[in-house]
Amino acid sequence: MVVEELEVLFQERIDANEKIEPRDYMPDEYREHLIRQMSQHAHSEVIGMQPEGNWITRAPSLRAKKILLAKVQDEAGHGLYIYSATETLGITRDELIEKLHQGKAKYASIFNYPALTWADMGAIGWLVDGAAITNQVSLQKTSYGPYSRSMVKICKEESFHQRQGYEVIAAMAKGTPEQKEMAQDALNRFWWPSLMMFGPHDSASPRTGNAMKWKIKRESNDVLRQRFIDKTVSQAALIGLTIPDSDLKWNEERGSYDFGEIDWDEFWSVVKGGGPCNLKRLNHHKKAHKDGAWVRKAAAAYAKKYSNK
Amino acid sequence: MLKNIQINNEMSESKDTQGELWEVFLQTKKGLPFKHAGSVHAYDKEMAIQNARDLYTRRGEGRGMWVVPANAIVAVDPSDDSSFFDPADDKVYRHPTFYELPEGIKNM
Amino acid sequence: MELLDLSRFCMRLGDSCLIMAHRQSEMCSKGPFLEEDIAQTNLGLDLLGQAEALLIYAAELEGKGRAADDLVYKRPERDFYNFMLTEQPNTDFAFAVVRQFIMALYLGKVYETIAKVDDDTLSGIAAKAVKEITYHQLHLGMWVKRLGDGTQESHERVQTAVNELWMFVGELYEEDELDLKMQEAGYAISGNEMKAYLTVKISTHLTEATLSVPEAVYMTTGSKKGIHTEYLGYILAEMQYLQRAYPDAKW
Repeated sequence: MVVEELEVLFQERIDANEKIEPRDYMPDEYREHLIRQMSQHAHSEVIGMQPEGNWITRAPSLRAKKILLAKVQDEAGHGLYIYSATETLGITRDELIEKLHQGKAKYASIFNYPALTWADMGAIGWLVDGAAITNQVSLQKTSYGPYSRSMVKICKEESFHQRQGYEVIAAMAKGTPEQKEMAQDALNRFWWPSLMMFGPHDSASPRTGNAMKWKIKRESNDVLRQRFIDKTVSQAALIGLTIPDSDLKWNEERGSYDFGEIDWDEFWSVVKGGGPCNLKRLNHHKKAHKDGAWVRKAAAAYAKKYSNK
Repeated sequence: MLKNIQINNEMSESKDTQGELWEVFLQTKKGLPFKHAGSVHAYDKEMAIQNARDLYTRRGEGRGMWVVPANAIVAVDPSDDSSFFDPADDKVYRHPTFYELPEGIKNM
Repeated sequence: MELLDLSRFCMRLGDSCLIMAHRQSEMCSKGPFLEEDIAQTNLGLDLLGQAEALLIYAAELEGKGRAADDLVYKRPERDFYNFMLTEQPNTDFAFAVVRQFIMALYLGKVYETIAKVDDDTLSGIAAKAVKEITYHQLHLGMWVKRLGDGTQESHERVQTAVNELWMFVGELYEEDELDLKMQEAGYAISGNEMKAYLTVKISTHLTEATLSVPEAVYMTTGSKKGIHTEYLGYILAEMQYLQRAYPDAKW
């Protein structure tokens, strides 16, 4: 069959909500788009281990320590599910890591913000995971089979993450004055970056067109962002915390909250590498990778020696 | 001096990779078929089993597990009527696909 | 058996598991590859669970109104009874693996023994822990072999780790009056038995891994009396910081 015919058939399958599997025909651009999006999603899970991983040794109770350790472990696992799905597109884990290190692949900008206090563990679980869940629930219906299946698996595991975060920040919001101040401060710092997780307005997003046409993306950035805000506002009110947006107001007509404008300068600056922790996150990943080289080599050497076992 | 040369040679011989790719199949309950769960990287089969266990059975999802080197799997799509089996075509992509097993199948 | 003795026995064990789990958790996001990061956190979670169960029981038996968190977050350096081996740092992957492997061998024997005692709480904790520790031995043992018999560099690093951690192994089979009481009650094996067991297990495994067993020149001692290496102070400073900085807060 000629390429044009294959592309027509491919689009028909997409339009009919069929899943595309690794051995199916797919246009090069579809494959490239997926590699970029999925690898960045996987990198995000892995980089996300850092701000939270930092606080495990300082977790203020055994229960908190256990839960945080389990959460960060889950994140590693989610990274692995998505790397695994990405590799079905014909790219290796080595190549994916290389691209991350060279700055050719990105990860969610939210992790370029620092986790300054224990309250941030609450804010991250509640808001960052909350935003991720909103996005991932939508992605369960993505057209690429392996990606969709990894999203289903992740969604099953993710809800405990958000509950964990909310529990942490709720306890603080109802605690001592210092704890409450810490909780409000964390919300102040993480609210807007969490909204930025959904990306630019659809009108300002060049890749949205193809992503929607190929059903890689099922709902627009703005729709998902609105859904997250509508879910979250009452959660803050319930524990007596104030969302740092003076323009936040219920709109009866829309049945949704109106909210203030995101600082797009900050958004683009951080995306392009100008966030407080960009360098730290990447250097940490590179260092761990470098420090681990001798271990990987040893494992490979041993396997080679005993390959007939 | 000689020791350094030996070490350098050895280090350039031992490669730094992410190991091999292994596909993981899980049986969630005795009697049910094994289902493809995903893949893991590992350098040998003992490690592959452990890595697969750590990644895919953390929440008690497994009663049985198979781990197979990805390149040992032969993948074919029988609905492709132009060539049911073309040796040049069986690994077009690095990673093969798997048939979906019918849900709710019991005691096969 | 005196409740206070049993409490102290559980506290010693719980403290070792706690500090081991803490050291393990420091390696989060620093693993040589992602699968191993998960594997290490799995080990850490198991140990943390064991620590919690043991310290909850220790606090209960003690009858001083303390809870497990009080034991973890409010005791000073000289009131901790973890083995000094457990507080040694993650100098590199080899150090972490050797330290945890030796401890896993020790814990396996300990849990195997207390799984049989006539104390439902303790035997219950031990029965679950035995299964977990068996896997730790498998996973860590696998790494000792691969590092010992891998490349020249990995061999040197793991041999260094073994050599430098060796002085902490003696504590694992030391006996004091409490140990003797526990042995009498069937809760522990004798120091000689433990030494023999560890010696055989460790040397067999090291030999398989092409590593040499160090000469036992000097063995350190003191953790059962709350004497530690300088590392514990730093571990506690980090671990206890929030509870000490906000004494009225509940988390």
